[in-house]
Amino acid sequence: MSSPLTRAEVAHVAKLARLSLTEDELDLFTEQLGQVLEHASDMNSLDLTNVVATAHPFGLINVVRTDEVRPSLDRDEVLAMAPETQDGRFVVPRIMGEAP
Amino acid sequence: MKTAVQIARDVQNGESSAVDELNTSLAAVRARNDELHVFLYVDEEGAAAQAAKVDALVAKGENAGVLAGVPIAIKDNTCQRGIPTTCASKILEGWRPPYSATVIERLLAAGAVPVGKTNLDEFAMGSSTENSAFGPTRNPLDPSRVPGGSSGGSAAAVAADMTPISIGSDTGGSIRQPAALCGLVGVKPTYGLVSRYGLIAFASSLDQIGPFAKTVLDAATLLEVIAGHDRMDSTSLPEPSPSLVAHVNDGVAGKRVGVVRELIDGADEEVVDAVNRALDVLREAGATTVELSIPELRLGLSAYYLIAPAEASSNLARYDGVRYGLRVDAADVSAMNEATRTAGFGAEVKRRIMLGTYALSAGYYDAYYGQALKVRTQMIDAFSRAYHEVDFLVGATTPSVAFKFGEKTSNPMAMYLSDVFTIPTNLAGEAAISVPFGSGETGLPIGVQLLGPGRSEAQLFSAARVLEIADSRP
Amino acid sequence: MTLPNGWEMVVGLEVHTELKTASKMFCGCANAFGAQPNTNICPVCLGLPGALPVLNVGAVELAMRIGIALHCTIAPSTFHRKNYFYPDMPKDFQISQYDLPINVGGYLDLPDNSRVSIERAHLEEDTGKSTHLGGTGRLQGADRSLVDYNRSGVPLVEIVSGPDIRSSQQARAYAQELRGILIATGASDGRMEEGSMRIDANVSIRKANAAIGNRCAIKNLNSLRSLQRAIDYEALRQVELLEEGGTVRQETRHWDENLGETSTMRVKEDADDYRYFREPDLVDLVPDLAWQDRVRAALPPMPAERRQKLSARLSDPTPAQLDAVEVVIDLGLEELVNAAVDAGAEVTLAISRVANEVAANIEQVTNLTSDSFCATVLMEQRGELSATQAKTVLGELLAHGGDPKSIASALGYEQLSSSSLGETVAALIEEHPDEWNRYRDGDEKLAQFFIGQVMKSTKGQANGKAVVSELQARR
Repeated sequence: MSSPLTRAEVAHVAKLARLSLTEDELDLFTEQLGQVLEHASDMNSLDLTNVVATAHPFGLINVVRTDEVRPSLDRDEVLAMAPETQDGRFVVPRIMGEAP
Repeated sequence: MKTAVQIARDVQNGESSAVDELNTSLAAVRARNDELHVFLYVDEEGAAAQAAKVDALVAKGENAGVLAGVPIAIKDNTCQRGIPTTCASKILEGWRPPYSATVIERLLAAGAVPVGKTNLDEFAMGSSTENSAFGPTRNPLDPSRVPGGSSGGSAAAVAADMTPISIGSDTGGSIRQPAALCGLVGVKPTYGLVSRYGLIAFASSLDQIGPFAKTVLDAATLLEVIAGHDRMDSTSLPEPSPSLVAHVNDGVAGKRVGVVRELIDGADEEVVDAVNRALDVLREAGATTVELSIPELRLGLSAYYLIAPAEASSNLARYDGVRYGLRVDAADVSAMNEATRTAGFGAEVKRRIMLGTYALSAGYYDAYYGQALKVRTQMIDAFSRAYHEVDFLVGATTPSVAFKFGEKTSNPMAMYLSDVFTIPTNLAGEAAISVPFGSGETGLPIGVQLLGPGRSEAQLFSAARVLEIADSRP
Repeated sequence: MTLPNGWEMVVGLEVHTELKTASKMFCGCANAFGAQPNTNICPVCLGLPGALPVLNVGAVELAMRIGIALHCTIAPSTFHRKNYFYPDMPKDFQISQYDLPINVGGYLDLPDNSRVSIERAHLEEDTGKSTHLGGTGRLQGADRSLVDYNRSGVPLVEIVSGPDIRSSQQARAYAQELRGILIATGASDGRMEEGSMRIDANVSIRKANAAIGNRCAIKNLNSLRSLQRAIDYEALRQVELLEEGGTVRQETRHWDENLGETSTMRVKEDADDYRYFREPDLVDLVPDLAWQDRVRAALPPMPAERRQKLSARLSDPTPAQLDAVEVVIDLGLEELVNAAVDAGAEVTLAISRVANEVAANIEQVTNLTSDSFCATVLMEQRGELSATQAKTVLGELLAHGGDPKSIASALGYEQLSSSSLGETVAALIEEHPDEWNRYRDGDEKLAQFFIGQVMKSTKGQANGKAVVSELQARR
């Protein structure tokens, strides 16, 4: 039985999700994800064109807060949990490309 | 062991002290934590400070809160300021949040004494606690078996009499299923009833924090403390905490109960028997029962295993080694992200992240995630139609009693199937309780599930109480 | 700049503006420029595990003001997650609006009477800011970066125009007019240099009425001048590419102001699959008509309306006068003009003094009070100050504030009383009888001669108009 998704697709998705997989893992996950999608194919046959996705189950809308300043976190407490900091900022290794 | 309500009463009227109750709890923790691996972190210092505070209030003659001096265990996906919150994952090992979840603030204000953080399936993804990065938790009733998941630790804490109450989280059954497997009352509240602020997100549109307890009254008391509108959570229902305790003994006379075949079919025979006996009890107590079929519920598993991973794939993106948690160094930031997440996440988490990423990706959104959202609407509508006929529904909580370690781990689908009865309630955002009722051949407890429309916890507690009284278990 | 060989440029602009709210989009941290790094952060804008967003109603109101000012329909809207990994994004997704934005289908009329459509103007949150170490300080060549999350979560509105712009001048005019509107609504301070207003240009070319070609998005436009230059460069680059037989690759390009050229910034990556889905932590935004009406009613007049109102005080304005009006409105200084005119000042004079002298020292405008401006202009009008003297007094007021009369007196601008002026004129008439006779006979040009003589004699302290009055009185 062929899987609903290919090994190449799993590799692509792993890259999107910033995960690196071994060759064995790639095989295993392709099979396992395929099983879940296969099971989910019971939804495919349904004609749900006129059904609309539900936002909040109880129809909440317009939840807002007033525009007022509230206390921020203490910077030292925040930086203390960071892997690496310098001059009050978080350090990261070289960024390879501009932001989208 | 005393119930939470008894402890609070004793502490408030001076017959006991919060410090004494805490010591009893800690002794129980020490006695079996090595064996059962319930707690990932025991906060002796914090608990002692809180207990002292409660005792000081009592000494001044003040009201120390509805849960005065009651030890409570907290699932380790709930932020508690200053102590480790790991989600049972290597990627958050050692992380101490600089803030507490709203439910923690409410518990502290009510005088409860959080004793420590309990084990779970990593990032709440699992049904047995075998997916914890720090080792599984054992079922106190039979340590060769799982306590259920993902809130296995919180269930075990109460089942092992370490604390009378605990809180967990339920996204697809993660409170109700462990409650059933450990012989406890477990509640998944209406979506939005309990604030999610400070609950480390798995699937945002499905997650809810809820109580574990040995008694219905304790569960109702605890839920009243943590429920109610929170301005820090936009999805929080606007009303204040509902009155639940006052209705626990309302009974079920005149209630119409629906027996849903899709919530029973496929369960082991002994579980079906238990459900049927529970229905007898409800009828004897004055309810009428009617058999229902809600075929839409059969699609719940498929919809859930697309919606939950999709949201999770996005919620877990922030674990990238930049600001907190694990970092595995690399030459550039993308490589660092990848190395960190690969080392930090377990297999089940990776599986669900990839499944979710796939379901949302260009070209597949409509077929998978988009379709699942529509199926969800259908399920909501189907429940709604059912609740025009009946007041609440009854079914099984899980297909079987607690299973052995390793029994379902070889095949993810096998594990996922154990959520088939609990998932629909999460998709609909409605309320459900699992209440212990009878036991199976092995002597292990069975849970019966009561489901109701949004905001119907009061009547569910009443029904649960009827079953509790009839149940032969002490 | 017209493109050669019948090519036409097709340009759309995407403008991001930070909103002038007190707090951030989804949390109560201060929305403030220039604070110490990572001091305005909290679990929400830092994306800590367990944190949840709650929408700032102030940001919604400003977004609605912008939508109304741009003649958009305010629609029920939803927030979406735009998922991608980048270190300045604490959640590694951005909360934005996707297919159901708050404002849709508007337009912007430009001073040249052309109209540019507005496709949408939606709400989203800003990212943190990174600085790069090693190398030149630019991204390329850096070996590590430092991230500050103060800006993370600041509310933004993104305004997307239709591809209706056909020249770089029109693009500049659009940007300028839009900026004026954003400032007038109170939504933005429009500072491109500070980054509170950012513009990206989408540029493509076509032959008249043919299909639009591939477009390139141009980023790093830090001024209106860059905007204009970059668009012209890019359009020409595409023309040359196509005429050589090449193809224009759809991509994002970086404008280099020093080199005066665009270059490929980002090769299109799989990472562009943003996997948009509805933000489950927020609920839908449905501003009812009553709310929309309240916002509409409270909206101050926009630049176009204010320009019209001011120019209406001019009879038959010249193009130069209309330009001056535009400067006055652009700087928000019409109240100065109106106050002066209401006090009796001549309108072209008032406009001129504001558009020139005050505008030249706009950073100091707070030193100038309406009263002192009025007084100065009226003094000039009455002949108590010459034009040169009036400008000097204004300069002094802008630099140090004060009172015009005291300043004038301190500078030695003695008020030339009409009697001493009369004596001066009378003396000059006696000295120059031939010129006087020619003037008396109708040669108006000689008025200038006498003005010049009076100026020489009084060392420039006389007022030309006052001299002419004297001459006419003595004719």
